Amino acid sequence: ELCPTIKNILLLDSEGKRIAVKYYSDDWPTNAAKEAFEKAVFTKTQKTNARTEAEITMFDNYIVVYKFVQDLHFFVTGGENENEIILATVLQGFFDAVGLLLRGTEDKKEALENLDLILLCLDEIVDGGIILETDANVIAGKVDSHSMDAGAPLSEQVSLLLFHSSDYPLAKSIATILTYLGLQQTITQALATAREHLTRSLLK
Amino acid sequence: ADYSPFLGIEKGAVLQEARVFNDPQLDPRRCSQVITKLLYLLNQGETFTKVEATEVFFAVTKLFQSKDIGLRRMVYVMIKELSPSADEVIIVTSSLMKDMTSKTDMYRANAIRVLCRITDGTLLTQIERYLKQAIVDKNPVVASAALVSGIHLLQTNPEIVKRWSNEVQEAVQSRAALVQFHALALLHQIRQNDRLAVNKLVSSLTKGSVRSPLAQCLLIRYTSQVIRESANNNQAGDRPFYDFLEGCLRHKAEMVIFEAARAITELNGVTSRELTPAITVLQLFLSSSKPVLRFAAVRTLNKVAMTHPMAVTNCNIDMESLISDQNRSIATLAITTLLKTGNESSVDRLMKQITNFMSDIADEFKIVVVDAIRSLCLKFPLKHRSLMNFLSNILREEGGFEYKKAIVDSIVILIRDIPEAKESGLLHLCEFIEDCEFTYLSTQILHFLGIEGPKTSDPSKYIRYIYNRVHLENATVRAGAVSTLAKFGAMVDTLKPRVFVLLRRCLFDNDDEVRDRATLYLNTLGGDGAVVETGEDVKEFLFGSLYIPLEPSDDAFDINSVPKEVKTQPLAEKKAPGKKPTGLGAPPAGPPSTVDAYEKLLSSIPEFANFGKLFKFSAPVELTEAETEYAVNVVKHIFDGHVVFQYNCTNTIPEQLLENVTVIVDASEAEEFAEVASKPLRSLPYDSPGQIFVAFEKPEGVPAVGKFSNMLRFIVKEVDPSTGEAEDDGVEDEYQLEELEVVAADYMLKVGVSNFRNAWETMDADYERVDEYGLGPRESLAEAVNAVINLLGMQPCEGTEVVPNNSRSHTCLLSGVYIGNVKVLVRLQFGLDGPKDVAMK
Repeated sequence: ELCPTIKNILLLDSEGKRIAVKYYSDDWPTNAAKEAFEKAVFTKTQKTNARTEAEITMFDNYIVVYKFVQDLHFFVTGGENENEIILATVLQGFFDAVGLLLRGTEDKKEALENLDLILLCLDEIVDGGIILETDANVIAGKVDSHSMDAGAPLSEQVSLLLFHSSDYPLAKSIATILTYLGLQQTITQALATAREHLTRSLLK
Repeated sequence: ADYSPFLGIEKGAVLQEARVFNDPQLDPRRCSQVITKLLYLLNQGETFTKVEATEVFFAVTKLFQSKDIGLRRMVYVMIKELSPSADEVIIVTSSLMKDMTSKTDMYRANAIRVLCRITDGTLLTQIERYLKQAIVDKNPVVASAALVSGIHLLQTNPEIVKRWSNEVQEAVQSRAALVQFHALALLHQIRQNDRLAVNKLVSSLTKGSVRSPLAQCLLIRYTSQVIRESANNNQAGDRPFYDFLEGCLRHKAEMVIFEAARAITELNGVTSRELTPAITVLQLFLSSSKPVLRFAAVRTLNKVAMTHPMAVTNCNIDMESLISDQNRSIATLAITTLLKTGNESSVDRLMKQITNFMSDIADEFKIVVVDAIRSLCLKFPLKHRSLMNFLSNILREEGGFEYKKAIVDSIVILIRDIPEAKESGLLHLCEFIEDCEFTYLSTQILHFLGIEGPKTSDPSKYIRYIYNRVHLENATVRAGAVSTLAKFGAMVDTLKPRVFVLLRRCLFDNDDEVRDRATLYLNTLGGDGAVVETGEDVKEFLFGSLYIPLEPSDDAFDINSVPKEVKTQPLAEKKAPGKKPTGLGAPPAGPPSTVDAYEKLLSSIPEFANFGKLFKFSAPVELTEAETEYAVNVVKHIFDGHVVFQYNCTNTIPEQLLENVTVIVDASEAEEFAEVASKPLRSLPYDSPGQIFVAFEKPEGVPAVGKFSNMLRFIVKEVDPSTGEAEDDGVEDEYQLEELEVVAADYMLKVGVSNFRNAWETMDADYERVDEYGLGPRESLAEAVNAVINLLGMQPCEGTEVVPNNSRSHTCLLSGVYIGNVKVLVRLQFGLDGPKDVAMK
């Protein structure tokens, strides 16, 4: 099998308990096997500092890349022959997408309160082990656009997003997503709408 | 303080809540929350019973009525998690098909993924048209959804997915990065068995046009595969596609650079010129701020160091700074790489660094280091003292079984391969078993001591360590220690009296096995006081290896399947000259030593043990034509009152496994014989000869003759040649073999006499018989002489079996021993009578 394959994606808390996990491989056929794996991964990585850069370890013929923020522990597992950097790219996509979806408040409480978004996020990153998307902005966009009211006008939706983020790079990428999703709106249009909205709210 | 929205969540309550899905006025927000709770439960490992799952599934299908996008999204995920059964799938099929043709891209993309996940082949033909359209959809999410679903479906419905080739090919050209990646993966999988097509794909894509880094990684993998497969036909000149790989080293995406570098290092027979650019980029990665890059690079370089240590030495300085890397995986890989590339002078410095490092890494890393140190020691045997010391030091420290086993294995290997390290290594092992908590390791070491200890300059110094085990350990180790003691006794005569004293003490052990072993060794080694030379047979019997490997097997152990006879059989077979390794049967008239071999073999079978001394065995007689399904020949073993037929069978059909193989012998044309025993063959796998024995009783000392017809009967099982696994059910079958005769010659032992004339003269004239026979027309005189010799089964003397060319008469002298130990001498006088007739006197 030559196609890069993801074996599982895990989001655990600071005690190693599950927040959301997704397995794409039959290597762990039972829940007990899955829990044993999670426990092993957690114990092995617990003491490391994976907060600025993604870390990596190898055990039981798996490669695990991981990154932590607050009390959230993100993991992506691949086979021993997998390209480590591909795995790290998937991890970064997951990590950043969750960051965007939780709007900066990245902790366990917020994650559980938005569990629907996290589960949708997992669903958008990998399908049956095959990488679907690695760009955090696209992933978050796909997840979040669904939770919005489909009836609202597009400019409203863009503004809503920009209101939450209020930084230019993110605004730009969200605009990209909207065009990417085939919504009939160009980047310039989206940005224009956004700027208009921001100016108006400042003038109030 | 630890608030969770799912605090105190309970499955039964959530299932009750799921009733809101049936409300006529759906509340999308509420429904989404309930689905999230259900998904939370599943994610935590909770399971739904079949009934619960079906109920939830039916309720969820009601939610398609809602137009709420967010809710629909959750419905899709929920359906995938429930993995509905075939009859349930039908319920949602129409809803999903409607979404699949929706104008909303998100609906189309997700409905495709859900439907393809839960569908079976029959539905697939119905939606195939939409899927083909979706592959070339201008929305990249829809196209990717269809392509990824295609990759999954190819496993179950390859013939359908293969029909989408044109659309997939179009999608490879997509401007969307991920679509290109998914399309390329699917296209390659569709064509993977067509080497030419893959070649073409790689040739055209490597010319440029792949934008996505992931797709580029795929292309690198496909290219390596093409290079690997064409390597055999293209030895000379530049490697095809190397330039492409080398070019990828300058790609802007790190994953592509790394993929290319790794591909280059893994090329078959890679040259150092080809390696250099790849090593250079990996070296840059070594000093990256990203641990993942450092790990990837050091892991790859570590592998390169196994085959091309010189190519990696340039990185040694970067490598040494990685020993203190925060990430212990990286540090371990760096150390083991250095151990592989280091030179003799750097060993001591490295060992110092490693000693500090060992205390703070996990066992699994320690094992890697131990393996590397073993290789280093084999490379620089002069350094064995410091390396062996290192191993014995870490052997004394805390550690789990696998780690300790790795150290012990390494010491054992060093002892075997470096003679100077032997004595110190053995003592390290002795000290280790003084305080070893692992029974397995103790017994292994005791066994090893038994082999190596007696060969050392002073075997006596090990006895104390071994005998201590008999006091202090569990029964398994005690039994092992007894065997080791006995080995010392058997091998070292001067130690024998002391060993016997120790063994005798073991006779009072409270464990059966320990006592039994001690008793056996005392008796066989002559522990009755007299110091006797221990015979080779005894040593072989006590300490020789079993022929059947003691590996775990799925079959229940059956003593009958352990034919003691095979032990001698292969040896005899090896001696047979010009024998093709087809394994067809036993040797033709074996060398004299085979008498002993056969005798041992037969007496090892309990049923035949009381037949007495083997008088004679025949050369194998083929009972099948050459090249038939089953090759069988037979060796006749003649005893005083019995005859044993040894059928050597070979199964020449790889797809078959024969079981319960017997030979049904019809002795109706051999009246004086009565079947007394039959020893079937439990299993006869392909190309692995086995023996069946059938024994007959016959009047004692009488040269009874007769004809036997033989039928091979067995249960045949189909074997999958690729896996080697046999099916469970077999069919009973028979196979007709040729007839077998016991003739007078079978009772004649070829025994030569040194002086025939002398022997002839000294025999009593009363026993002399003179007869004349007409042998009828014969090819030649020589052929006639041979025929008679074979018929009588006697030993020609004084070279008289050779008939000079063109002679018209010949005298042949034969001698032998007939059954009942009767000496027989024969003087044959042949004469040509007329043109072809031969007469004999």
